[in-house]
Amino acid sequence: MASAKKSDVNLENAMVMADPALADWLVAAPLILGFIFGAICLMQRKNVLLQTRIALFGLLLMLIADIGLFINVWQNGTVVMTMGRWLPPFGITFAADMLGATFALVAGIVGLAGGIYALSDVDSTSRRYGFYPFLLLMLAGVTTAFLTGDIFNLYVWFEVLLISSFGLIVLGSERRQLDGAIKYAFLNLVATTLFLIGVAYLYGVFGTLNMADIARKAPALQEAEGPHFAIAIMFLFAFAMKAAAFPLNAWLPASYHTPRIAVSAVFAGLLTKVGVYALLRIFLTMFPADRDELGAVIAIIAALTMLVGALGALAQTDIRRVLGYLVISGIGLMLAGLALGSETGISGSIFYAAHSMIVMTALYLLAGIIGRLMGTFDLHKAGGLYQASPWLGALCLVLAFSVSGLPPFSGLWPKVLLVKGSIDVGAWWLAAAIIVSGFLTTIAMVRVFSFSFWRTRAEGLVEIGPISREGRIKLYAALGLTALTVIAGVYPEPFIQVSDRVAFELTHPQTYIDAVFGGNQEGGGQ
Amino acid sequence: MRTLIFRTVAPYFTSLMLIYSVFVLLRGHNEPGGGFIGGLIAASALAIYGVACGVSPVRRAIRFHPMAIAGFGLFMAAIAGVMSIFVDVPFLTGLWIYPKVFGVELKLSTTLIFDIGVYLVVLGSITSTALALEERERD
Amino acid sequence: MEVAIAILTGVFFLVSIYLILSRHIIRVLLGVAMLGNGVNLTIFTAGRITREIPPIIGDDATVPLEGIANPLPQALVLTAIVIAFSFFAFLLVLVFRTYQELGTDDTAEMRDAEPEGEASPPLGY
Repeated sequence: MASAKKSDVNLENAMVMADPALADWLVAAPLILGFIFGAICLMQRKNVLLQTRIALFGLLLMLIADIGLFINVWQNGTVVMTMGRWLPPFGITFAADMLGATFALVAGIVGLAGGIYALSDVDSTSRRYGFYPFLLLMLAGVTTAFLTGDIFNLYVWFEVLLISSFGLIVLGSERRQLDGAIKYAFLNLVATTLFLIGVAYLYGVFGTLNMADIARKAPALQEAEGPHFAIAIMFLFAFAMKAAAFPLNAWLPASYHTPRIAVSAVFAGLLTKVGVYALLRIFLTMFPADRDELGAVIAIIAALTMLVGALGALAQTDIRRVLGYLVISGIGLMLAGLALGSETGISGSIFYAAHSMIVMTALYLLAGIIGRLMGTFDLHKAGGLYQASPWLGALCLVLAFSVSGLPPFSGLWPKVLLVKGSIDVGAWWLAAAIIVSGFLTTIAMVRVFSFSFWRTRAEGLVEIGPISREGRIKLYAALGLTALTVIAGVYPEPFIQVSDRVAFELTHPQTYIDAVFGGNQEGGGQ
Repeated sequence: MRTLIFRTVAPYFTSLMLIYSVFVLLRGHNEPGGGFIGGLIAASALAIYGVACGVSPVRRAIRFHPMAIAGFGLFMAAIAGVMSIFVDVPFLTGLWIYPKVFGVELKLSTTLIFDIGVYLVVLGSITSTALALEERERD
Repeated sequence: MEVAIAILTGVFFLVSIYLILSRHIIRVLLGVAMLGNGVNLTIFTAGRITREIPPIIGDDATVPLEGIANPLPQALVLTAIVIAFSFFAFLLVLVFRTYQELGTDDTAEMRDAEPEGEASPPLGY
């Protein structure tokens, strides 16, 4: 405790004496904003209207903070802030490099879109039971998980986002939801507990929890084989489960179609990607040598994940469950880049992750709109939408092409990078898996499109009305996200620049380490 | 569970536990104790009251919805962290002041505000869980 | 001492994995709670067990004494306990609620989200 009475102690050995720049606060801003606005919403639980306004304002501010952070990191490199002035590695460090800042920015967009969509999707009872507070807290958890530089702190944020997501998934408490929530909750909790076991061993071996410090010490301990490799496998297992990679994907299709569509959409956009982020951070920044050894295993997991996801999507009748499997398929593509480990591959992974966050959210939102119009999510009963709303059909087709990786939308470029990366190292089978899974995805999505839009509406079902006035809000949320995927597809140059830079930073972790420790390389070896 | 003896004793018991919880909270300033454990004691006090006299008297007694209390706690904790922005130190740095009140020096800090926030968060969330469970038992 | 605690941790993991493999949710819940305790012991052991001196700096000193216990695992364990506790409370409510609603705690019978014998998707129209 920085007591004024003990001024005889030389604080410079233990504390950061430099004043943080105001811009450094941007690292902590998503956390602070999410918590403050979430707390205000919790206090306003009776006043639904006011709560909604406050929440949307909060989401907007979080997005602005994310944009500010992104620009700052782009211009000035990694932004670091150490909590409570304790010198790293003793204090908890928040460190935003390009990877964290990019993911945080996309998460902010997804969160805002989900919040806007929920305006007309989530009824006031569910809002009173805490839709917006949980959304804000979950977004704060997700964003801060991207930005923290301390592995135990990462665990804490995993738990924060997990418990808020529990709150979201049970909103409404239908039978189906409770069933889905049980499976979601238990399997995710086991996954984070496995992560914690990994952290315990990590601490036992390294004596530190700061990611940069671990990255610094890892090469020296590499020769000492033993627990090091076991820890890496433990993390791979835990985060593959969080990311719903094959064969640990069972929880995702069992639960993602049960909650409110707005909830499914933000889940699809955010949660599994935190697992992917953690894998990238651990295997590229902290244990690059272990990644080299596990590369083949990760590649097999990646190929199987994308194929199983796409095949699963083909076998579903419920539109939302089709999308659930497509989320899994996308995870496979992100892991493919990690498996390759080359800058091209990682760049493809990053771009694909950002693309997938946006497009999967948009698809769920669209599914919500067409499900509401048709009164069902069942493909057997779907049909007749084209007559009611041709523009909606165009929107659906754009998103279907985008998720399948067809030009001219954003799914194409990351897949090009990934295929190129695979062929560069001679992994033709990985490239084949990417292309085949894209093909299967196209079939699954075009089937959804043709059954719900082109087929004539079956006899005896209610006529499809036009989109209601408040239903338009939903459409705007979906449209905004779709616009992003079109822009990134038509004009990919800046997006590829960003993902290339992320990949460069990830393959050269020294910049990250230097940023965290500043000039103080000797600081605090234990 | 709702025996006469228990119902008579429970209010006194609850108030004693609540006072003790505040004591534990403030003691955490320098000695073992603190917001989390204090909040747990307070939540169990309310849970006992709920078991003895039913859930709705508890809800009436605490006036605010438990989740709103938790929200206020969260707000306090977040604000306590942000205060350091005004003195140019990083997020969550403990700030201390030593005002003299009636000749006694008080050590006040943002850490204490944070701890009170934790106390309220724990009190609110655990109480709401406990009340939810107790309510269902009677259905 | 480490060996004894390592064995104890092993027993914790053994019991919890056995429970988690059960089909009944309530046993899984108990297993998860046990797992949390096992992990806490792991963290504790990973920080090396010393029982010499509490890690408190006296008023007259500026650095801790030699051979103090490692305070960091204790902080980590405390955090982990708090999190595990709140999760246990939440899951208890969820499990109880599900049991009331679905009338079963057997995961094999909980097929509301994924109904058995679902028709395959339409192959043509």
